[in-house]
Amino acid sequence: MIQVESLRKRFGAVQALHDVSFSAGDGRITGLLGHNGAGKSTTLRILSTVIRADQGRALIDGHDCATDALGVRRSLGVLPHASGLYAHLSGRENIRYYAELHGLRGPELKRSIDELIERLGLGAVAERRAKGYSQGERLKVGLARALVHRPQTIILDEPTNGLDVNAVRMLRELIRGLRESGRCVLFSSHVMQEVAALCDDIVIISHGRVVVRGTPAEILKATGAPDLEEAFVRAADQDEVA
Amino acid sequence: MGAIWTVFRKEVLENLRDRRVIVSAFFFGVLLAPVIFGLTTTMVSKRAVENQDRPLDLPIVGVDHAPNLVGFLRENGVQVQEVQLTSDQAMDVVRSGQHDMVLLIGKDYGKGLAAGESAPLSLVVDTSNSRTSPSADRARQLLEAYGRQLAALRLMVRGINPEVIQPVGVHTLDVATPAGRALLVLGMMTYFCFMSMLVGGFYLAIDTTAGERERGSLEPLLSLPVRRSQLIVGKMLATAAFMSVSLLLTLATFGVVLNFIPLEALGMSANFGPRVILAIFAVMVTFVPMGAGLMTVVASFTRSNREAQSWLSVVMMLPIAPIMFAVVSGTKPSATLMAVPSLSQHLLATSLMRGDTIPPLHVLICASTTLVLGGLLVALAIKLYQREAILG
Repeated sequence: MIQVESLRKRFGAVQALHDVSFSAGDGRITGLLGHNGAGKSTTLRILSTVIRADQGRALIDGHDCATDALGVRRSLGVLPHASGLYAHLSGRENIRYYAELHGLRGPELKRSIDELIERLGLGAVAERRAKGYSQGERLKVGLARALVHRPQTIILDEPTNGLDVNAVRMLRELIRGLRESGRCVLFSSHVMQEVAALCDDIVIISHGRVVVRGTPAEILKATGAPDLEEAFVRAADQDEVA
Repeated sequence: MGAIWTVFRKEVLENLRDRRVIVSAFFFGVLLAPVIFGLTTTMVSKRAVENQDRPLDLPIVGVDHAPNLVGFLRENGVQVQEVQLTSDQAMDVVRSGQHDMVLLIGKDYGKGLAAGESAPLSLVVDTSNSRTSPSADRARQLLEAYGRQLAALRLMVRGINPEVIQPVGVHTLDVATPAGRALLVLGMMTYFCFMSMLVGGFYLAIDTTAGERERGSLEPLLSLPVRRSQLIVGKMLATAAFMSVSLLLTLATFGVVLNFIPLEALGMSANFGPRVILAIFAVMVTFVPMGAGLMTVVASFTRSNREAQSWLSVVMMLPIAPIMFAVVSGTKPSATLMAVPSLSQHLLATSLMRGDTIPPLHVLICASTTLVLGGLLVALAIKLYQREAILG
C-alpha cells in the first residue's frame, strides 16, 4: 500500500516535483506513466527513501518515508531500471548479498533464495557470473533480488526498457502473480501500451504534477479520448491543469 | 555489525575476482616496485663502486707535443691512449659516446710553454652524460694540478714564493659517506610502500561511490534496510584490508629482493629481517585509515569511474611530497616532524632499517596524529555518503 500526498522536490534551480499525490492499493497493479523527465524517477526515489521530499508525505505500508526509512525499506522491494548486478558475482551470490543485507540468515536465507531461483527458472544460470547474462537473465536475477525478503510493496522502474518480447511476457506474468498474492505493485513507464496491458490503476504525471489518475475507464472518461494512447498524449501534453 | 560484515565480505570476494584489481594492486606492489627498486639500487651501487676503482682512460691527440704532461698523467694512474684525430673527429667520437673524453694537445703547446705563455690544451667532454662526468672531472683536476705545479716552478725560478698566487688556501673536507646515497635509496623504498598501499585500495575506494553509481547498483543498494554508514564502513574496511595486504606483500618481497642487492657498497647493512619487516609494517599500516578515507572522500565528489581515476592519481602523489622533502634536505627525525603523516612513517621506517633506536614518544606521536587524521577523513567520507548528491 502506497500513499503519496502533495510531494514537492527541488534540485537546485529545477523544481522536479510540484505536487504529486496518488495511492496504490494492495492486490492491484498501479502504473506511473509520464514522459521522460516528468518526475517519475524522482517520485520513485523518494518512495525508496534514497532521497527526501522537500514537502509532502509518502507512506509505504504505514511507514513514513521521511521518518521511518528503515521500516519502509523492510517492506519494499525495488527493481531499478538498470539491473545493477555485480558482474563478478554469480546470480546466487547477487541474490544472497541482498538477502543478507535484509537480515536473512541460516536456513531461512537458503530457502528464500532456492525458492526464487526455482520460481524464476534460474536453476541453469544461478551459479554463473552475472557478467555473461542475457537481458532476460539479468532481469530475473534483479527481480529475485528485489523479492527475496518477501516485500509487501514492489516498485519497478521502467522494467520493460530494452527487453525482448519473451522477457516482457515473463515479467508480465510475474507481476500478475504478485497481484494474485495480494502485493502492491507500482511500476513506471513511458509506454502507454505497456501500462494498458497490465494496470488496474494508472497515474499520469507531467511536469512534476499528477494530471490524471484512476482506472483506465475513468481516465478515458476524464480526458474524453477515444483510447488510452490518445488519453495519455492529451493528459501528458497539457502543461498546467486549471 | 552484521551488515558491515556482509558488505565487507562481498567487496573482498568481488574484488578478488576482478583481474583489473588484482593486477594493479598486487602486481604493482609485489612485483613491479621491488623490481624497479632492485634495478635502480643495483645500478647506483655498481656505479659508485666502478667510479672509485676504475683507472682513468684518456685518449690523447698529439702525445709527442707534451711528453712531460703525459708523463705526469701516467704517474697519476691515467691510462694514456694515443689517438690520431682532428678536433672535429674528436668531438664526434665524444658525442657518439665512443670515448668518454679526448685530450687535444696542439702543435703550439711546446712553443707556448717555452715562451712562458699560457699553453693551449683542449679537453673534449660531454657534460650531459652523467655516466662520464666523474671521470671528466678527474681528468680536469689532474690537468689543473699539472698547471699549478708548472706555475709554482716558474715562480720559484723567479725567486717568488708560490703562495703569493694562492691568497686563499681552501681545504675541502668531504664528509659525504655512502650512507648519504643510502638515504635516497631508503626514501625510494618507503615511497614504494605508500604507493603499493594506495594502489591496493584504489579500485575499491572508487567503487564505493563512483563505481556503484556507474553500474546502476547504488540506488537499489541504498534502498535496503541498512544504514548508509554501515555500507560505507564495510566498504572502507575492505579498502583498508586490500591496502594492508598489498603493503605486507610489498614489504615481504622487498625482504627477498634486498638479499640480492649489493647494499654494502652503499654503506648500508641489510637490516631487513622478518622482525624489521613486521615493525615497518606496523608503522606504515597506521597510514591505512587515512589513505582509505582520503581516496573515498575524493572519489565521492567525482561523477564517473574515469574522473575518479584521474583525480585519485593526483591524490597518490600527496604522500610523496613530504618524503621528497625529507630525502633532499636530509631531515632527521624529531618529535615535531612525527606529527606529519607519511613523513613520520618514512622517518620511522628508515630508522628501523638503519637499526637506529626509536624514542617511544615518536612512535606515539606518529601513530596518534596519523590515526586521528585518518579517523576524521573516514568520518568525512561517511558524512558525504549521506548526501543526495552521492547519486550523481
